[in-house]
Amino acid sequence: MKADRLITPAAWALVTVAIVTLPAARSQDLGGVISFLTGFAILVAIFAILALGLNVHWGYTGILNFGVVAFFMVGAYTAAIITKGPATTEYVRYVGGFGDKLDFIPFLDSEQWLPFLFGTAGAAIVSGALAFVLSIPTLRLREDYLAIATIGIAELLRRITIEERGLVNSDRGLIGIPAPLEDLVNPPEYKFIFFGLVVGLVILVLIALEAASRSPWGRVLKAIREDETTAAAAGKDIFGFKVQSFVVGAMIMGIGGAAYAYYSRTVSPDAFTHFFGTFLIWAMLIVGGSGNNKGAILGAYIVWGFYSVTGLMRAYFADWGLEFLELRMSFIRDLVVGALIVTVLLLRPAGLLPEERRVSLFMQREPKQRGPPGEPESGPTGSRLDDPPDREKGSGG
Amino acid sequence: MNRESAGFAELLNKARERYPAVFENLSGAALWVLFAGLLIAALIFYTQFFVVGVIFGSIIALGAIGLTLIYGIMKFAHFAHGDMMMLAAYLAFFALTGRIVGERTEVDLGWSLDRLPGATTELGPLSFGYGLLLAMLVALIATVALFVALDRVVYRRLRQRGSGIVIFAMASLGIAITARSVILMLWGAEPRFYVPGINPAHEFPFGILLKADQIFIFATVAIVAILVYLLLFRTRIGKAMRATSDNPELARVSGIDTDQVIMWTWAIGGALVAVAGVLLAIQAQLKPELGFAILLPLFAAAILGGIGSPQGALIGAMIVGITQELSVGVDLSILGREILPLAPGYKFAVAFVILILILLVRPRGLFGAKA
Repeated sequence: MKADRLITPAAWALVTVAIVTLPAARSQDLGGVISFLTGFAILVAIFAILALGLNVHWGYTGILNFGVVAFFMVGAYTAAIITKGPATTEYVRYVGGFGDKLDFIPFLDSEQWLPFLFGTAGAAIVSGALAFVLSIPTLRLREDYLAIATIGIAELLRRITIEERGLVNSDRGLIGIPAPLEDLVNPPEYKFIFFGLVVGLVILVLIALEAASRSPWGRVLKAIREDETTAAAAGKDIFGFKVQSFVVGAMIMGIGGAAYAYYSRTVSPDAFTHFFGTFLIWAMLIVGGSGNNKGAILGAYIVWGFYSVTGLMRAYFADWGLEFLELRMSFIRDLVVGALIVTVLLLRPAGLLPEERRVSLFMQREPKQRGPPGEPESGPTGSRLDDPPDREKGSGG
Repeated sequence: MNRESAGFAELLNKARERYPAVFENLSGAALWVLFAGLLIAALIFYTQFFVVGVIFGSIIALGAIGLTLIYGIMKFAHFAHGDMMMLAAYLAFFALTGRIVGERTEVDLGWSLDRLPGATTELGPLSFGYGLLLAMLVALIATVALFVALDRVVYRRLRQRGSGIVIFAMASLGIAITARSVILMLWGAEPRFYVPGINPAHEFPFGILLKADQIFIFATVAIVAILVYLLLFRTRIGKAMRATSDNPELARVSGIDTDQVIMWTWAIGGALVAVAGVLLAIQAQLKPELGFAILLPLFAAAILGGIGSPQGALIGAMIVGITQELSVGVDLSILGREILPLAPGYKFAVAFVILILILLVRPRGLFGAKA
């Protein structure tokens, strides 16, 4: 049992040590290392937002969304076309391009932040609207039908971005997306500003979700996840709550997509693969612990840390003459991500940070009398800790 | 999609709730008429697309039959099906050529089926020799072993723990990612072919152009489909499988060894996946991404036919295959606006539209049992 408790800090420490020492050992330039680490942390934060959105779907409500990339991509593209200016040459064609018109507050440097508020809100709204439309035919059905439908919508949207030439500039994508507050500092220091912004965004989402999960709304979602029939018997509108959860999660993913667009400055269809946009985020949530918001963030850190560390290892493999490993590293790490999902499901289904059992502040005020102290896991409602979310249901259609 | 289509969906759901029996019969009849009309129109007016659609549909059918059997008996969506098809195709490639990526250059292991005497000599008008048939057999055995092993290592443990269907689906997704990564690691991202060069098309009556390889694909599928039919409807284990698919609890209390049924299901699914994968690679090419892309047509066919119904999957696959070909081949304008052909990139997305239509109108599919 002791070794079991050490896994989480060990995984955390291992990734941290590797991500700091590997670049530091090769580079004498401290500034470069810090810049690399900041970039790494920004991506962790963006992935954390996406994983938090997925946690609303899967962790809270048990909605099996295998099309995270659809909402991620829609968010990124929406943010891009809202904040960019209109196209300047005839070779670049896209809709939107409102960026120049959105600085209508004549003071406070509004062009530095106002378009991005609109962009992020727009990303959330469009992503949420997509989820709403998709939820109507699918959320009444078995959850695996929804999973198939979400894969389909992701594939369809990717095709649309490529084939509809005037929409978002086809497969060449959109470049030169502006970023919030970028003119306030020199470009080399801008990373730190952006890091602050995106961490603030993660904290906002986290606070909102923690409050929501402790609210009656969050408890209904968990009740639906655990036993839909009982929740329906208690008079809850299952379909309505599921739609709300699906839309809220998708909006968070859209916000994550917007942050990604501002950071990478470029969105193109080949960035939004099923692997990068969906599976990686699933791996993060499952490794971190579905149902636990902090677990989602930890999972984003560990999985993206593993991803970055293996990227750094390539240089070492090249030094050591292990050419096969150097060239194949990107595939090997994908393989590890896939195997990791299966392994965690088999060996540690609750993830590194299992879901916290007490979700209501009201429950915390009650005297602790369930089980001896030091063994908080032995309560009667702890089924989630031994087992992943188990919901056997017939088709609801 | 817009508010109108959302309103339409709501209306459908309301109608379904209020008049379940009428809705069931009407929706089934409407779908039958729609698809039968589509197929007959395609056969008469667009024979070429119809025939090519049948060829592609027959490949989909093999995958979808395995998928629907697994879905019916184990009650979960096997998301690794498409990637396993591709893995099997690459295993056949490996058995045939012995080639694998090396450090900078390709490694040839020095032993492979194409070194057998006359193995690459074309069989009649086909583009390949008997080496590929042997390679398909090797891939088939390997895939069956892999499926049974995966059940032992992963799925059986989940079953013993009583995990929900969703956990199974997710585990299969993890396996799908792993399979795709193995392909990329061992054979790289570049498209590959079993045989270099092209297989010329021949002209048949009614102006149909077909390659000899395509006729081989259709013949193989026909033989395999008959074998599956005999297995399911003429053997004890087939009967047990159908019983388990209908009602697992009842099957168990009737003394059916469900563990054995599950093992057989994986074995049959694996064999079908291997043949389907190799045929897909003959028709198209070997490409790692194809595995995930083919999932949509597979699921569309299985759900269209009705989960658990092999004959439904067969017909569903034909409908999906033909609709895909029509959608990118036929010229159609309505009110002066060009509707078809769609850009070729949308080919697989057509399956998604069929899928959504079925889920909206009749989730149990054409042949599915009542919920």
